[in-house]
Amino acid sequence: MATEQFHNLQDLRHTATLATKVFIQRDYRDGTVCKFQTKFPEELDNRIERALFEDTIKTLNNYYAEAEKISGQSYLEGCLACASAYIIFLCMETRYEKVLRKISMYIQEQNEKIYAPRGLLITDPVERGMRVISFVDHAGWVSEENRSSHVSFHKCL
Amino acid sequence: MIAKKVTRKWEKLPGKNSFCCDGRVMMARQKGVFYLTLFLITGTCALFFAFECPYLAVHLSAAVPVCAVILFLFVMAMLLRTSFSDPGVLPRALPEEASFIEMEIEAANGSVPAGQRPPPRIRNVQINNQIVKLKYCYTCKIFRPPRASHCSICDNCVDRFDHHCPWVGNCVGKRNYRYFYLFTLSLSLLTIYIFTFDIVHVTLRSVFYGSVWCVAALTLPSTVVEVLVCFFTLWSVVGLTGFHTYLISLNQTTNEDIKGSWSGKNRVQNPYSHKNIVKNCCEVLCGPTYPSVLDRRGVMLESSGSTPCKTSDVTAATANTVTPNEVAFFSLQKTTSPLIPNEHSPDEAPPSIATTGHDTATSIPEEEDATGPNGSAPKAPPTTILVKESSH
Repeated sequence: MATEQFHNLQDLRHTATLATKVFIQRDYRDGTVCKFQTKFPEELDNRIERALFEDTIKTLNNYYAEAEKISGQSYLEGCLACASAYIIFLCMETRYEKVLRKISMYIQEQNEKIYAPRGLLITDPVERGMRVISFVDHAGWVSEENRSSHVSFHKCL
Repeated sequence: MIAKKVTRKWEKLPGKNSFCCDGRVMMARQKGVFYLTLFLITGTCALFFAFECPYLAVHLSAAVPVCAVILFLFVMAMLLRTSFSDPGVLPRALPEEASFIEMEIEAANGSVPAGQRPPPRIRNVQINNQIVKLKYCYTCKIFRPPRASHCSICDNCVDRFDHHCPWVGNCVGKRNYRYFYLFTLSLSLLTIYIFTFDIVHVTLRSVFYGSVWCVAALTLPSTVVEVLVCFFTLWSVVGLTGFHTYLISLNQTTNEDIKGSWSGKNRVQNPYSHKNIVKNCCEVLCGPTYPSVLDRRGVMLESSGSTPCKTSDVTAATANTVTPNEVAFFSLQKTTSPLIPNEHSPDEAPPSIATTGHDTATSIPEEEDATGPNGSAPKAPPTTILVKESSH
């Protein structure tokens, strides 16, 4: 089962020294919107197909664009929240948080299906302050505890 | 059975913030001026509700105290939201990320002859046909994203850094700018409201008792106090609201305005502006509510003999231990002229206030006083020196 496979991945121990880590940087050419570079790094040349890599990055970029889109829905959310003096955000999840949850699920799925079989793992950029997506060598992935399989975001101001 | 104490990530976060409620609340360390703000607002409103509202509710309208209560609650909600939330702090680079940024910089620099200063760490990015320089932060060990700046009071890099406001006891950045703006706007309205109805109250009394206005005023000491506080507050708060309305319409931050980043000299234009006031306002005030990327409430576990491994709530975790053999590769962003041989980049304003900044490559006023929402003129601004007071 995919979940069991994933739990096995989570329980991997660091056995060999870390060989490579690849960091995909932010692409700021369109301003401050969250977008990552789709340029294929040479270090991953023999590890993953270019098309798969680009597909992953482009999908992530689309998710972030969806989260940051200024649309009627975001206006409505903003106005309603303002009318409630933003107290509503203490109980309700914002649209951005919902999309981040979707992104986590997507990254998990990508890791299970595509990257782990190739000896790689990608990390969620939210853990790096939305600065980078890192590709970690499979053998070097450290897990110190069993993680829960679901994503949880602590509600913080 | 001994309960295992859970260490949350906020307890180990670098920087000079203080945290409350087990990491839910995040503020700067110096909170004295914030308490003063609270005292001034609640004190003045308390006097208003105690002494003016009973009379006005009877002789004018019951809507007067009702509106005052709504305004007061909104002001307090916005103040607390601004003060307690994460302004958009960028977490510092983990050792592996920092180490290959260093390697990449060294690779770009080549070998620097002994005795010569290495070139400043700057990366150029083209945004909307404008070259923007991304500066390296020596404290956080990252190249700051555009519009981010390092606050030396809080010792953090903050995304879309506006200024550090001692009156709210926190930085104002991407995540809490709209709350800060709504706070100053609603406080302006509240101040005008209280001021107006104080005047109305005194006028009604003087008419009722047939006395001179000033005599009537003197019989109401609380009203006099409120009028004085509101009078001095009005100038600063309304001015500040006006200033930030101007900044929002241009999609600029206070930091950029002070540095003159987009002042128009050398044909430099603001690449973030939509050239449309409505669009700019919508982006700043109605844009998405960004979540905090600083995981304060996550649980931390320490592994023996190595740096603490951070756990994460998100399923794909990262390897955090650093080994000597670790080799990191790095994907560079397209750079045009990566490094500039002079110390300061041309568009930096000369230092005009003392800074405690860690990096020499950054320009000054990352710490600022916003002239405060309650800038009662007799009181001197507490910590930092005003740079832009004239513009408020």
